[in-house]
Amino acid sequence: MTSTAVIDKSAPTRAVKLRSMSRDRTWALRWSYFFLTLFAIFALVPPLYMLITSLKTSAEISAATNPWWVYHPTLSNYVELLTSNQFLTFFRNSALVSIFVVTITMLISVPAAFALARMRFWGSATLATGVFLTYLIPETLLFLPLFKMFVVFGDLTGIQLINKWYVLLIVYPTLTVPFCTWIMIGYFASIPKELDEAAIIDGASWFQTLTRIFIPVALPGLIAATIFAFTVSWAQFLYPLVFTTSTDQLVLPVGIITTLIKGDVFAWGQIMTGALLGAAPPLIIYAFLMDYYIAGLTAGATKG
Amino acid sequence: MVDVAVERNKAAAAPKRRKRDSLRTALKRKSTAAFLMTLPLILLISLLVIYPAFYSLHLATLNKSMQRFVGLGNFQFLFTRETFWLVVEQSCIFAITAVIFKALIGFVVAHFVHNIPAKGQRKWRGMLLVPWVIPPAMSTLAWLWLFDPSYSAFNYLLAGVGVDRIPWTGETGWARFSVILVNIWVGAPFFMIMYLASLKSVPDQLYEAAAIDGANWWQRIWYVTLPMMRNIIAITTLFSLIVTFANFDIVRILTAGGPLDRTHIFATWAFRIGIEGGDIPLGASVSLFMIPILAIAAVFILRDINKRGNEA
Repeated sequence: MTSTAVIDKSAPTRAVKLRSMSRDRTWALRWSYFFLTLFAIFALVPPLYMLITSLKTSAEISAATNPWWVYHPTLSNYVELLTSNQFLTFFRNSALVSIFVVTITMLISVPAAFALARMRFWGSATLATGVFLTYLIPETLLFLPLFKMFVVFGDLTGIQLINKWYVLLIVYPTLTVPFCTWIMIGYFASIPKELDEAAIIDGASWFQTLTRIFIPVALPGLIAATIFAFTVSWAQFLYPLVFTTSTDQLVLPVGIITTLIKGDVFAWGQIMTGALLGAAPPLIIYAFLMDYYIAGLTAGATKG
Repeated sequence: MVDVAVERNKAAAAPKRRKRDSLRTALKRKSTAAFLMTLPLILLISLLVIYPAFYSLHLATLNKSMQRFVGLGNFQFLFTRETFWLVVEQSCIFAITAVIFKALIGFVVAHFVHNIPAKGQRKWRGMLLVPWVIPPAMSTLAWLWLFDPSYSAFNYLLAGVGVDRIPWTGETGWARFSVILVNIWVGAPFFMIMYLASLKSVPDQLYEAAAIDGANWWQRIWYVTLPMMRNIIAITTLFSLIVTFANFDIVRILTAGGPLDRTHIFATWAFRIGIEGGDIPLGASVSLFMIPILAIAAVFILRDINKRGNEA
């Protein structure tokens, strides 16, 4: 009895169920798009508002009109900043610091990662863990002792490092090297052993194995690490705020905040323009190399 | 000919050669080469991370002019100050609230992105990650302008629906809300990316099996997704807890600790005392209070990483 009843009913119910499932699916999709739009608005409002404000004159900024719209777009803020020597100095300092830091970071972390991933030696495992732990020590813990150390160093040797932009070349690697080493260890460890064994048998030295095999094969990881080092050194705010004070030694983030905010007078048009120009290099890199950027971001936790 | 010349040369330089050879073999030896390759790293970490960390312990025991040893005097002084306890309270509120919301928003958004057809995901992911890419100091300036007391663009919108102007950075409660909001804005995309990566690694068969067993969407999340993502959730949360607890840029730019020191967290207060106030030892003692929470988080992260290392 029951079985016949089930068979009788099964055909229509199933059709209804299928239809309702596909309807559920479309609704789930619609809700997904709806909430994604909300979150995208939340994510993009501040940068868009930077852009809006950067296109306004000071008069329009202080007028009682709708702040979300530009009535008289102008590029005067951009022209003014890009022709001001001070701003160009900040930009040059930032660029110099970032490029040097990326180079130093790569020169330190790639050989170290190679050694830690491939050449087991006494204490290598401990060192690898130590590198990761170092990455967890925040800069806010170290800025005071480092400041004092540089003061003492200046007193002892007569070499003044405080208030020189190149002091940042010494302190930034502490932020970039541990993480870059860590993700390069992950990338190097994923290269099959047969590859470097073959190279060694063919008579390659360790150095040649690194430059001819490991670096080309792990190039995506290298790019991700480079991007990471660049964005960290470009965005760093605390160290330059502590270690540099004269306007010709400042990097972009600190420069914008200390020179464009004069007392209580905020030149918002210029501040937003400066902030946007300061955010541009990482954004451009991100726009073109998004996959590498994300690979670097997720590598820290998914690899190793 | 050439061979002979080389032979003679070798013979002549025999004693010297042996010395050089031993040096060369030492260099060729794996461990020596490896040590030399890691030497810059070891020097950097020990001179610029480990040494200053211990130096700050030493600094914390000195008086303001750094000439006299005062033992735990700085800490005793801190415990009597009301501001210190405000900073402890605010640091905990700030870090815990921000991390919880970042994790929740990241989890939800990751699911939404995962839900939509694969070819559109890249575009959405690209847009949603923008807050993480902009240097926080720069984007906080935009927020500062959005929160401006007289020209706040948010208040303009709120006035449109009849809500009174909100003192975003002017009143204790709202200022605390604002710094947390900006921190969530900056940090949530990181969680989203991490969770999305780990969602993609959950095998589809598990969901199919769950669907066959008649699990609804909640049960699928609770019994399949969450257990599969547990590792990533734990490590991301702990990592973010460290970074948020040690945050500096956002609070410094948005409120500079105000109003009335109510939004100071350890890093900004240490900066205020140590650099602006010129009392490096006291500032160092303040920043040392970050260590316990860092240590706890580090222990858990390390345990997790070692576990994964053994599995691999």
